[in-house]
Amino acid sequence: MSPFWSAWISIITLAVIFGCSALLLMTRKSEKFKDATEATTGHVFDGIEELDNPLPMWWFQLFVGTVIFGLIYLVLYPGLGNYKGVLGWTSVNQWEEEIQHADNVYAPLFARYAALSAEDLLKDENRAGLLMGQRLYSNSCSVCHGTAATGAYGFPNLTDTDWLYGGSAETIKETIANGRTGSMPAWGSVLGESGVRDMTSYVLSLSGTTDLDAEAIARAKPKFQALCIACHGSDGTGTQALGAPNLTDKVWLYGSTYEKIAHTIRTGRAGSMPAHKDLLSENKINLIAGYVYSLSNKDK
Amino acid sequence: MKKIPVSDITPKSDREVETYDLYAKRIHIYVKFYQGIFKNFRIVSGAIMLLLFYGSPWLQWNNHQAILFDLPNRQFHVFNATFWPQDFMLLSGLMIILAFVLFVVTVFAGRLWCGYACPQFVWTWLFIWAERITEGDRSQRMAQDKQAITASLLLRKIVKHSIWFILAISTALAFVGYFTPIRELAPSFINFQLGPWEFWWIGFIALATYGNAGWLREQVCIYMCPYARFQSVMFDSDTLIISYDEKRGENRGKRSRKTSVKAEGLGDCIDCNHCVNVCPTGIDIRDGLQVECVACGACVDACDDIMSRIGYEKGLIKYTTENQLNGGETKIIRPKLIAYLLIVTAMLGYFGYIIFARVPIEVDVHRDRGQLFIEVSDEIIENSYMLKIANKSNFDLQYSLSVTGIEGMKLITKASVFVGAGKLVDYPIQVQAHVDDIQRRNTHILIKVVAQSAPEIHSEIESRFIAPAYIQ
Repeated sequence: MSPFWSAWISIITLAVIFGCSALLLMTRKSEKFKDATEATTGHVFDGIEELDNPLPMWWFQLFVGTVIFGLIYLVLYPGLGNYKGVLGWTSVNQWEEEIQHADNVYAPLFARYAALSAEDLLKDENRAGLLMGQRLYSNSCSVCHGTAATGAYGFPNLTDTDWLYGGSAETIKETIANGRTGSMPAWGSVLGESGVRDMTSYVLSLSGTTDLDAEAIARAKPKFQALCIACHGSDGTGTQALGAPNLTDKVWLYGSTYEKIAHTIRTGRAGSMPAHKDLLSENKINLIAGYVYSLSNKDK
Repeated sequence: MKKIPVSDITPKSDREVETYDLYAKRIHIYVKFYQGIFKNFRIVSGAIMLLLFYGSPWLQWNNHQAILFDLPNRQFHVFNATFWPQDFMLLSGLMIILAFVLFVVTVFAGRLWCGYACPQFVWTWLFIWAERITEGDRSQRMAQDKQAITASLLLRKIVKHSIWFILAISTALAFVGYFTPIRELAPSFINFQLGPWEFWWIGFIALATYGNAGWLREQVCIYMCPYARFQSVMFDSDTLIISYDEKRGENRGKRSRKTSVKAEGLGDCIDCNHCVNVCPTGIDIRDGLQVECVACGACVDACDDIMSRIGYEKGLIKYTTENQLNGGETKIIRPKLIAYLLIVTAMLGYFGYIIFARVPIEVDVHRDRGQLFIEVSDEIIENSYMLKIANKSNFDLQYSLSVTGIEGMKLITKASVFVGAGKLVDYPIQVQAHVDDIQRRNTHILIKVVAQSAPEIHSEIESRFIAPAYIQ
């Protein structure tokens, strides 16, 4: 705060306090006629008498008390511009104290589960770690993957056994911590529009779709072997190290219809799972990984 | 521009003027001991109030405290029922009903509440009693307070404050006992093992009781209580009030047995000031109905006592109405009162219906965040919801779920969920429907939750099933 605004605020604050005090003192006394009876002030207008009905003294003292409280408060706490207050209180150090307190309370709680791997969390009898993981999941993950973790268009389903990068507990943890960037290049200019449509038929045939144009499949097969196998493998089952999806199952991240698959081949896809290692502590990531792992390993 | 000539025509007064303080030192009221029928009524009603207040937290019901407001768990147990924060509408309803009951009573009988039931005076009378048995009655206390303090008076003052202190602490204990189980609180209080919050609240309530009933007393009624201010708008000429019979009493004055009262032109009031001395708010009822009067009936008892002693008829100060005082008849049945009674009866009936028809389940539904729908395949559309099922009953329940609204719609999630007694469960569900069955982009659906062992415990909640834009 610049010195001007600091002085501005200080002057207004103090002027209000001292102004109220002055008003209180100025209005404390009044005048009445000496010959008035005890219960009236002696003022009469049109037959209406003004009664003398004093407030109790403690009422006045309460006002004085608030003024004193205000002044003491302004000495102890920051209230007058740049003045820091005797106690040195700031909202930041109060927040830090509360965070410190929370850490002290919850650290032993998390520490217990930090030592447990996802498999161990699953075996944990009371499943408390999984419940904590579920709550953390609801806060941090459900926006994209859904409250039930079944995913959505462009966001993988976490409850099935089909994994882009692998479903082991360690891989899940790695995915949450460092994020993933999926990249399917656009093949429209390479294949040409008819090539894209041939390739779509071929890809659909990999997962067992029948009644497709056999000639188109035959035309696309060599192109697939030349262009796609680097990532998706020669049999189309994908490569988890690259995040290249398995094309032979019925799981489609960006839609299963002919047109949608054609679109994917033509223009490519760029999926993005953000890295969470700066947003969540390692202990929390461990618990979330445990919960996600449990979703596809319910029987264990 | 020409000015209009003005002159100050305020009459010049030659009366002398003085400045005076608009705030006055409070005059301590020394309440005199008295006895009488209304005091007995008051003792009975006060005892009932105290018994209710002190006794209620000790009642047990099905192995738990019958009345327990469990703030940390946000559950409010009242005998069989458990209320949740979602039920707070009921509390506001009850408050409104109680306010109306107060209106009815006020229209009919004036400030009956203040005199006979208000905690402020139930406790104040208790504290006045402690004052009297230790320091003596009014005249003795007044004399003692003027003189220098003696060892014996100091001792008696210490005893008085000790009694006040014990009363205040016991009040605080009972009060906190409504919020934390009193059967655990009382022993831990005796063993000095209170938690910081219990310690703070017991201390606060004890101090407030001590200050209110020991020191503030009538100041609360006169300067703080809103009821004292607005009750005047409910009074009418047929409202029961405590009043001095001016026609009979005036002219007041001391009299001697030798001369004839009539010859001196005196009324029945002997100006003994007994009615003023027993008044806990320090007013003179002979000045007429005043805002300070809490209608405790002390002056009635005191005056009746004097009247019967000197052989006059009782009732110089009595419960009466303005109409009666003016020689008319009191009309008890009047439109205002009947209207109030009808409203209160209707509200009570409705409130009772709500309480008894209340089902101990609360279901809330939130559509899933972030996604409107999922196209599971070309034909199947899925929507996700988060169900929040609160089991407000005192036993564990297994609930069945079902959805309706679209033909052939299916609940994909397990249609059965367990919720422990008094627990809240977040249960995500997924609902699927075939595109051919979906008629609109946005369909109302109904989610039903029924307790399997007790079908009367059920709830239905509406939500929406959203489908892609190509469905019109």
